[in-house]
Amino acid sequence: MGYALDFGWLNGAIGMIARGAAMTIFLITVTTIAGIILSIFGAAAKRSRYPILRKAIGAYVELIRNTPFLVQLFFIFFGLPRFGIRLDPVVAAMLAMTLNMTAYTTEIVGAGLDAVPNGQREAAAALGLPSWLVFIKIVLPQALKVIFPALTSQIIIMMLESSVVSQIAVRELTYEADMLQARTFRAFETYFVVTIVYLGLSIGLRRLLFATGRRAIAGGMA
Amino acid sequence: MIEFTFWDILRNLLLAARWTILLSAVAFAGGAIAGIAILLMRISKRRWIRRVAEYYIGLFQGTPLLMQLFLLFFGLPMLGFRIEAWTAAVLGLTLCASAYLAEIWRGGVQSLPNGQWDAASSLGLHYIAQLRLIILPQAFAITRAPTVGFLVQLIKSTALTSIIGFEELVRTSNAINNATFEPFTVYGLVALIYFVLCYPLTRYTKILELRTARQH
Repeated sequence: MGYALDFGWLNGAIGMIARGAAMTIFLITVTTIAGIILSIFGAAAKRSRYPILRKAIGAYVELIRNTPFLVQLFFIFFGLPRFGIRLDPVVAAMLAMTLNMTAYTTEIVGAGLDAVPNGQREAAAALGLPSWLVFIKIVLPQALKVIFPALTSQIIIMMLESSVVSQIAVRELTYEADMLQARTFRAFETYFVVTIVYLGLSIGLRRLLFATGRRAIAGGMA
Repeated sequence: MIEFTFWDILRNLLLAARWTILLSAVAFAGGAIAGIAILLMRISKRRWIRRVAEYYIGLFQGTPLLMQLFLLFFGLPMLGFRIEAWTAAVLGLTLCASAYLAEIWRGGVQSLPNGQWDAASSLGLHYIAQLRLIILPQAFAITRAPTVGFLVQLIKSTALTSIIGFEELVRTSNAINNATFEPFTVYGLVALIYFVLCYPLTRYTKILELRTARQH
């Protein structure tokens, strides 16, 4: 065999990989929180009585879902400065990821809201709860419980897709991998190790969400 | 300096879109063939074969496509395999598509009632004939909507191959942008082209979903 695998560089590189992974985790955390909050508004707006609002949300969802994330990212990072909106790479990445995530989760949250039987709303209203409290205390927790698996999958897909933001020089996991392989000339080993780190992150994230999220949502229903 | 008019930009982008379409088609076809093989392993009666397929699917669904492309394009030459950008692009997308399609179709196979298998074997068909004549046609029919949905995802994923240097829509748009300094127009048009490619397919999945919902 002409090529011997060498993982000797790994010792000095753990810091860089950890820093990159921390950035990836930071990005997906911000995106998840912002995306879910926005998509609750989005899903509610899509079911509102104003046709313009419904159309606008529908158009946004279709536009995002039918174009690649990479193009959305380039559009925001390279295209917006023409209007004087110059964003820091990390901010541009967070914005692009949140906009992308919200389009998908709006549909998911919406499906959850539709799955809650109307009797639940009527029963809560009969108890004299104001309508915003009915939504927060009765409808939303049940909807979130139904859509929890779909939401988890979407968060993991977004985490994996965040590797693309390395292209606008956000120093996350993929960016650090590029830097490392340029320094060590060990492309195969570097990308192999980083791929395994991503695999660990997606498995870990799924476990974490299922361990904590389920209980938190179920607890909120009481 | 060469002057680019709006129509020059659009013409060049449309020419580049051919490669996006070709890559999507080839990867989808290759992914479907490999996906059937993975599917057969995934529903095999032997436990360890099922396990292998499960790990294969988990690996491709649990890691970024960009890393898979990097491993193929930058990693393989280190191990002594010469690989061009287009080979890495086709190979990477095909492997990834096979994992996703196998998982989608497995859902279809497993949603069929056991009676279908029993009836097939009571007709004296052997395993391959059962699959070919009874099981797979029904599984494909049930999962047509998610399969087309995955095709949309695949078309969007081809954008990533620009990063390893495959000359498709996004790669061309980067070059045009560097020459014209009009990122807003260029990336706006690119988004529009992708939208025109993907939206009809998305609408088609909606129609298919409604049709399936009506049948049940």
